[in-house]
Formats: sequence, structure tokens, C-alpha cells
Amino acid sequence: MMIRFTLNGTAVALETPGSKRVLDLLRDECGLTGTKEGCGKGECGACTILLDGRVANACLLLACQADGHEIVTIEGLEHAGQLAPIQQAFVDEGAVQCGFCIPGMVLAAHALLAGQPQPTDDEIKRGLAGNLCRCTGYRKIIAAVRRTAQAGNA
Amino acid sequence: MRYVGEALALVAAATLAQARAAAAAVVVQYEELPALFDMAAARQPGAPQLYKENNIFKELHITRGDPAAAFAHCAAVVAHTYRTPPQEHAYLETQGMLAVPQPGGVMQLYGSMQCPFYVRDGVAAVLGSTLGATQITQTSTGGAFGGKEDVPSLPAAHAALLAWRTRRPVRLIYERDEDIICTSKRHAAVIRSKYGADRDGLLRAVEIEYLVDGGAYATLSPIVLFRGVVHAAGPYRCPNVRVDGYAVATNHVPAGAFRGFGSPQVLFAAERQMDELARQLKLDPVELRRRNLLRAGDATITGQTLHASVGATDTLDTALAYVREHPLAPPPANAPHLKYGRGLSTIYYGVGLGVGGEYLARTGATIQINHDGSVVFAVGTTEIGQGMKTVLAQIVAEALGVPFASVEMLPTDTTRVPDSGPTVASRATTMSGNALLHAAGQLRERLNAVAAEVLGRAPLQISLHHGQIFADGAPAALSFAQLLHECAVRRVSLSAQGWHHPRPLKYDWQTGQGDTYVVFSFATNIAEVLVDERTGATTVLRVTAAHDVGKAISPAGVEGQIEGGTLQGIGYALTEEIVQANGVIRNPHFSTYIIPTACDMPELVPLIVEHPFPDGPFGAKGFGEQPLMGVAPAIANAVCNALSISQYELPLTPERVWAALHSA
Ligand code: FES
Ligand code: FES
Repeated sequence: MMIRFTLNGTAVALETPGSKRVLDLLRDECGLTGTKEGCGKGECGACTILLDGRVANACLLLACQADGHEIVTIEGLEHAGQLAPIQQAFVDEGAVQCGFCIPGMVLAAHALLAGQPQPTDDEIKRGLAGNLCRCTGYRKIIAAVRRTAQAGNA
Repeated sequence: MRYVGEALALVAAATLAQARAAAAAVVVQYEELPALFDMAAARQPGAPQLYKENNIFKELHITRGDPAAAFAHCAAVVAHTYRTPPQEHAYLETQGMLAVPQPGGVMQLYGSMQCPFYVRDGVAAVLGSTLGATQITQTSTGGAFGGKEDVPSLPAAHAALLAWRTRRPVRLIYERDEDIICTSKRHAAVIRSKYGADRDGLLRAVEIEYLVDGGAYATLSPIVLFRGVVHAAGPYRCPNVRVDGYAVATNHVPAGAFRGFGSPQVLFAAERQMDELARQLKLDPVELRRRNLLRAGDATITGQTLHASVGATDTLDTALAYVREHPLAPPPANAPHLKYGRGLSTIYYGVGLGVGGEYLARTGATIQINHDGSVVFAVGTTEIGQGMKTVLAQIVAEALGVPFASVEMLPTDTTRVPDSGPTVASRATTMSGNALLHAAGQLRERLNAVAAEVLGRAPLQISLHHGQIFADGAPAALSFAQLLHECAVRRVSLSAQGWHHPRPLKYDWQTGQGDTYVVFSFATNIAEVLVDERTGATTVLRVTAAHDVGKAISPAGVEGQIEGGTLQGIGYALTEEIVQANGVIRNPHFSTYIIPTACDMPELVPLIVEHPFPDGPFGAKGFGEQPLMGVAPAIANAVCNALSISQYELPLTPERVWAALHSA
């Protein structure tokens, strides 16, 4: 079927089976490999995208469900070659190790701050609890979210 | 077929749906043979033979002094049996390989891995081709922790075979459940341990039997066992020791490398034993450790004298001081069922491959300075999220005297540098670091010589810092760009190769006496917990982890290693356990195999202690595995302290803790 949606601010129209996972659509057809697959079952958050501004697991979404909606992936967060403040904070805090969870983590943090600009540490932890990271221990990730909130510019 | 998850047939197709349909069409007829899923059963006489006559892949022994005689004179003796479960790496990126046949018969592989040279050797063996016709390029690797040490050779060989057969590129990426079912785990273990001490709390005798379930193939079990027996009694002095280690064959998925490599199991037992001993001697567990910890000049249980870089006691003092100066708020007064407990562990880690893997202990590197001043380097070890790239770029920048930002690492590729062995055993910083220092030294000599000639000075008067040239310590009238131009005019090569291997080790494999590793790192973990005595559920409040790393080249990177390793250790302590029934893994998903989330993160306090290692780059010694190793025993000791119970098995699930509380 023909799927029309907004991808990182640009309108796209793609002929694709409606049953294709949005994860595969993004990676294989749109060439956006920043969205990762860690489990394919909604259990790890590596495939996190923003669907109409809210976090969603791209591994559980079908192409037909994207029709008429707005999707933001990690590639859409920076502006004119400038990392978004939350991305810069991840870099500055040293919050990245292998990096595989980071695109999803950054988008989850971005959505969290959009809804709750001054979260407590507990709110940050709960907001990121759907995104597994096996490398970092989360401490510097949480510090990056806190730093962004304090600077007041998610 | 020897285990559930072993490959039987390979299918390649143009689409995933076609591949699935083809795989489903394969009909396998099984004739069921007796199987072994239990180490005790595998060692029974008359057990089905999986490996040689006794189902033992490897046995190793350490004998020092006369423990049997020494126990008779001990004031306190504790003997217990400890059990630890298989642990899953749960790297977030599953195993994945892309095989691309090249014109001229070269097979090119790209993939997620720790050890490109292992993959190269494996693929070449399977294809019957030469190492030269096999090119392996590591791609960004989404976590490894030992799970991408030997395992990737298998998907690589599978993908390469299909690519060789079809003459087309083949991509093979495991799904999560496939990855958990088919790939190696941390060895499940049983540790029988007997400790004896004199009235002053000095360890006099230790006897340990260490059994690991190697699964269906030996793979890395012999060398995992070696690290296990060497670390079996922890970082303490003891004159009378017997350690007997056995890697047992069963029909489980093969166990292999996982951060700590056979040591977390024995260190859990060793550190629980120290607390049990302290209890019996009515001594403070801290004091008991302090009296026995290795200091410079002391010998380990293999009789290896430690000459320098022995920070054990310093890590203990550093962690204790932090906890003393930062007391936690007391538990809520209205919740008397929540019991506070504190526990500690002090551990050590032999850095590098050690005497068991000495033949692989060498590494190469190349550095090239381009005429625009940018610098590229290549090494044979890999970046797997541990931060090697940053540390090595720092080393290159410092050694060449150029800005950090001008240095880039090339992707690790088997055709770029000579075989440098695996990226394991916390060896990348020291091994590649030293090889890079060797290469950088050659380049500095050439740069200094040219600069000296231009400036009319002696080479020894020249120094370079952050891309600025100094003569006798004063800024020289020669820019780095001009120096590179002068080198070009003189046609001086600004590319160099470095090589490093550590000093040889002497070890007697019969007695288990001699030198095992070139240097040891040390750590103390203090865990503070709240245990709900109604449910047995444990909440970790804080882990204070002090690590002697020799020299922290990238302090933020060291902290990151401590934080991440600590959380993996918390998982090992409380929730992580691969459950197998008749050889079938029952929890191959993140919803059933529970690793810590952000909500499970306690306060993490990484503390860096530096006792420089004279043979390490800038004093550094490797330590990447160590952060996981001492966490579970510290938490176990804290839980036991909270409830005045004893625990001998991981993970400390609420059920186990509750049962211990109600049987006491
Ligand atoms: S890949 Fe979608 S949640 Fe794991
Ligand atoms: S950085 Fe590796 S999984 Fe998060």
C-alpha cells in the first residue's frame, strides 16, 4: 500500500506492504540505520522513535500504522549539523559506551523532557526504564538528562 | 547434535520470509541418545561419554604447602558449598555478520566482534582458504563482554560458507532468542571451599574444588578454568593451599568467556568464606581482610611475588573512607521490616592473557602522520564500547606531542596490522598502548632529528607538546606544519610500526606454582542494601567501588567501566539466571531474563586508586572486567549481614533469601 507520513520533518510517500515493521521501513527503505533492533519484541527500547511526539517501539509498529502520522528518528534530532542539547549532554557526560542503546535512549530522554522539563531523578529513571543499556550502568545517562533539564533547553 | 541450539543446516535466500520457509522445510530425524545436564551425573562412573572417558575437558591443580596438616592447627575452620548460575551477556546488539565474496577469491567479512583474528582463522579453516584471502573488518560493535570473543567465528563461518557457495553477499543476524539460546554463557559453577585461620585471623589453609559446567564443547573452558583456579582464594596470603579445578562436559550450550572469565564464581565463594570466617572468629570482616590482603613483596597462592602496583589495601581504605564520610539516611522508621545491611568484597584480577595464553600475548600497531598534521593509527585490538579508542588516541597524542583532536583510529581490520591476539582479558590498553608507544617513539626520533637539524640543535634538546615545538623548553621558531614540510623535503617516512609483548612468565603446570599474570589490578566493593524480611526482596542502596587501575588514562572512561560493570554485577547478584530444563533454555527473552533497568540503579560511587604499573603505558594496567567481579559477593555479604543469615547460592532471589530466613 502507499504509506504517507512525515519523517524528520519531511513528507514521504512509500509503496510498501502495510504489514512491514516500521523498524524495517526506516532501516531498509529510508536508509536510516540509527534506529536499532535489540529484541524485536518491545522489550529493550533500542528501536525507540517518536510517533507524533511520543515514544514508540518501531519493532512493534506496522507501516500502515504510520500512515498519516509524524515520525522522528535519531537522525532528525540535530538541526543544521548541530546536535540537540540532549545529544550534546550525552557526549559531554561520557554517557555513551557501545552506543547501541543510545539513539533510543536519547529519544526517550527527549520525549521525557518535553513532557516534564524539570524531572526528579526518580522520574528520569522511570522515563528511561523501557530502554535497556547493558554497558553504562545508566549513571552518566541520567546525569546527561539532569544536565539538559538544568540548562532548560531540551 | 550435542546441545539445543547447535546449527544443523544453513539456509540462504533472497528474503527473510523465503529463508524461514526453506528452513521450516528441512526435515530432521532425531535418534535420542542419553544426555547429561548435571555436572555430578557427568562425573559418575558409567555416565554417557561426551568427552574422553571421564567427561572432563580440563583439570588444573594448585598445591602449595600442606593444607591437610595446617587445618589441624587452625582456630577456626569454615567449609561450605557455593553455587552460581549461567549468566547471559545480553549485549544489546545481537551477533551479526555480513560476508561479501570479492573478485580474486578473497572473502571479506564485516561484523560485530571482539577478535577479528579469531574470526579470520576460523573462516579460512572452514573455507579451506589462506589467511591472506580472508579479510575481516570489525564494524561498530554493540557490546560484547566476552560474548563476542570466540562466538562470532561461528556466524562468520556460516555466512562465509553461504556466500562462498552462492557467490553473493550474505547477511546473518541473530534474533534475540536465537542469540540467547545458541551462544555461550558464563559457566555455571559449584565451589566446595574450606578455609582455616589462626586465632589472629591469619589464613593458614585453603582447600577449594572448583567445578564449571563447560557445556557441549570445550571452547574456552580450559583457559576460563585457569583464571578461576588462580583467583580461587582471592587477594590474600595463604601458605597452605590446594585448588582442584575441573571443566565438565555436559549437553548444555557451551559456556565461554564473560567479563571476569571464571573468576566471579570463585570470588563469590571466596568473599562469602571470608565473612563466614570473620563471623566464626568474631572479627570484623574488614579487619580480617586487612590482616590477610596482599602487599608488595607478598606471594599469591601460586607463589608469585608481587613487586609493584599492589593497591589492595588502598582500595579498601578508599572505599571505607567514602562510606564513613557519606553515611546513608537511616531506613524509614515506619518500616521495621526493611533491614539495612552492609557487605564488602576485596578482589584482584590478573591482567592480560597470562601464562595460559602466553603464545597469543603480542600485539602490533601502526601510526601514520599525514602531511596536513592529521594522525591515523591502527591496532589489532577492538573498540567494543569499553573506550579503547579514546584511551589509545590519548596515548598517541601524548607520545607524539600532537593535539588529541588530530588523532583518529582506523577501523580494526586483519589486513592492516599483524595478528595482535584477541581483545579480551582487559588487555587492550596495556598491549595496544605499549605497541603504539613503540611506534610513536620511532616517529618522535625522526621528528626530533629533523627539527634539531633545522633549528641547529641536538635532537635531545627538542620536545613536542600539543603540536608545538620546543627547544630546551622554550617555544621554537618552527611550527609543526613547517616541521612536516621539512620532513617531506627530506623524504623522511612518517609512518611506523610498533610491536609489544610482555616479559615471559614461568609456571609449573604440575604443581600450579609460578608466575601467572604480569600484573594484578585490585578492587574493594562496599554494598549497602535494604532487605524486606517479609518478602526476601533486596534493594541495593549504594555500591561504593574503589579500583586500583595503575593509572587512569581516561578517568571518565574508568568511571564508566566501573558503573556498567557494577550494574552487571548487581544483575548477577539478584536477578540474572539462565534457566535450563533438559538442556532447553526457558528464558531466552528480556522479559524473562531480567537485566537491570535504570530503575534498578542504586547510587554508584566509582573511586579511582592509582598504583602505577611500571611496564604499563603511563603506568596503566587493564581492569575492564574487574568492576563486575566483586559486586555479587559484596551484595551477598550485605544481605547476610542485614538478616543474620548465610547464603551460598546466586542469584539472591527473594525466594532464596526468604527461605534462608525461615530455615535459620
Ligand atoms: S527492538 Fe524494539 S523494543 Fe527491542
Ligand atoms: S551503551 Fe551499550 S547498550 Fe548502552
